[in-house]
Amino acid sequence: MSVDKTTVAKIARLARIKVPEERLDPLARELNGILDWIAELDEVNTDHVAPLANVTGHALRMRDDEVTDGNYVDDVLVNAPEAASGFYAVPKVVE
Amino acid sequence: MSDLLSLTAVEARAELDKRSFSAVELTQAYLDAAAATADLNAYVLVTGDHALEMAAKSDEKIADGTAGILEGVPIGVKDLFCTKGFASTACSEILKGFIPTYESTVTANLWSAGGVMVGKLNCDEFAMGSANETSAFGPVINPWQAADRLDLVPGGSSGGSAAAVAARSALMATGTDTGGSIRQPAAFCGVVGMKPTYGRCSRWGVVAFASSLDQAGPFTRNVADNALMMQAMASHDPKDSTSSQEALQNLTAALTAGVKGLKIGVPKEYVMDGMDTDVFTLWEQAQTWLTDAGAELVEVSLPHTKYALPAYYIIAPAEASSNLARYDGVRYGLRVEADSLDAMYEETRGAGFGEEVQRRIMIGTYVLSAGYYDAYYLKAQRVRRLIKDDFDTVFQTVDALITPATPTAAFAVGRKIDDPVTNFLNDVFTVPANLAGLPGISVPGGVNADGLPLGLQILGRAFDEATLYRVASVIEAAAGFCQTPQRMAGAVT
Repeated sequence: MSVDKTTVAKIARLARIKVPEERLDPLARELNGILDWIAELDEVNTDHVAPLANVTGHALRMRDDEVTDGNYVDDVLVNAPEAASGFYAVPKVVE
Repeated sequence: MSDLLSLTAVEARAELDKRSFSAVELTQAYLDAAAATADLNAYVLVTGDHALEMAAKSDEKIADGTAGILEGVPIGVKDLFCTKGFASTACSEILKGFIPTYESTVTANLWSAGGVMVGKLNCDEFAMGSANETSAFGPVINPWQAADRLDLVPGGSSGGSAAAVAARSALMATGTDTGGSIRQPAAFCGVVGMKPTYGRCSRWGVVAFASSLDQAGPFTRNVADNALMMQAMASHDPKDSTSSQEALQNLTAALTAGVKGLKIGVPKEYVMDGMDTDVFTLWEQAQTWLTDAGAELVEVSLPHTKYALPAYYIIAPAEASSNLARYDGVRYGLRVEADSLDAMYEETRGAGFGEEVQRRIMIGTYVLSAGYYDAYYLKAQRVRRLIKDDFDTVFQTVDALITPATPTAAFAVGRKIDDPVTNFLNDVFTVPANLAGLPGISVPGGVNADGLPLGLQILGRAFDEATLYRVASVIEAAAGFCQTPQRMAGAVT
């Protein structure tokens, strides 16, 4: 499997990263270098092997469904690039 | 003042309690050292006034007999940890100016044990790198030099942490290790670095890279200090759902327990093309040291070792692409204005993330995208299980493993490499432990022909850090590593 310029543009779009046109070809080369190397995994027989996501084997703990945190709007907004009336402000989304 | 800098943390603690000097004096010595070694670029922020205030409080606690185990010890913090009221940037443009209103659990633990924050330490951007060359603050310079006196990298991603401890501008430092980011720089800088078992240290308040692999750990100048700092850092934390409730062992007792009767495995797959012969020689030497100290050395096999790196470079970018989705120009950090919300996201992330981070987010996005998820991501997770099974099998018969920490010593800053994969090979010996969630420690074992430090790695069973400290102490004593770097605070050059 290898990626071309069009695919790189599509991935960049999915990742919400603006990539200048002239970077698309070099990025395709770099990503293909990594993907070719990763393909080494195809040598490994993984039939009947379950995927491993949790190394500790511990189940995630449950806690009581109660509010334990919150109520500090100012703290939450203090680092926002733009805030208004106690909310984050973003460019207009609805026409 | 350089006398103060030569003390280990354990020694400094004893002298502080005897009032040989004050915590303020010790802290001032470290602040001076940070200024004197500023050209190494290890610190991205020195918090001098805050440090002196903390030290003054430590002096009060020492006076009234309520000193904590790290009371008055000057500590540097990797800039991946959120520190309340002090910029925490992950060394990325996208987080420049971000000042957390909360403290990470690990640093909170250190301060409640009496530690004094000297400042924030440089690292690779979002901890993605093995040479500290992807930082938005520029590269860190390794305090060690070969005869040609070229600037060398300190390793990464916790390059500032390793360099500061080696250069004596911090007595201890925090690091994080996702694929070797504590153990590899520790080896390159001739210091001790421990990545504990996954779940041992809380990830709360640590900027996330790959959440199933990330672990915080200590950097120190020797093994005893490392055990002391580990004790202060580790805790069960309800705020991190993967934080373990497993009790920490008695690490101090482990330091003097020796290795008599321990069975230590030598994995035959831990050799690779391009490995320095000095690294191989040191590894063999370490096996002799351990045998002489009463351990039984046995060859073992971890057959899936060569697949750890490619599996890691699917899993880590996949998790990163998901974790880094939060940098959107809305809640914190950089925003580049644009006409639409989507354009604002794209402009912000295009401008705020460096090249390596963008590359990894894109790889992660690709391997998680429709049509490729099974072939890449699930495949990597299946291989991850095989790698963990390899370790589970050998740990039925051995108590620990001894391996080299890195295939080479530190290399030159700015070494031009067109192929990103070549850079990944630095982590070939360290990545498997992250995939399996196991503890690993890197201990200086000697120097190579150029006089640069080399590290040995010890791996152990989950939640058995004590055995690692047992083995590490024996190696430290046998190696007698006493060389110091050329560009150290107080060094005559």
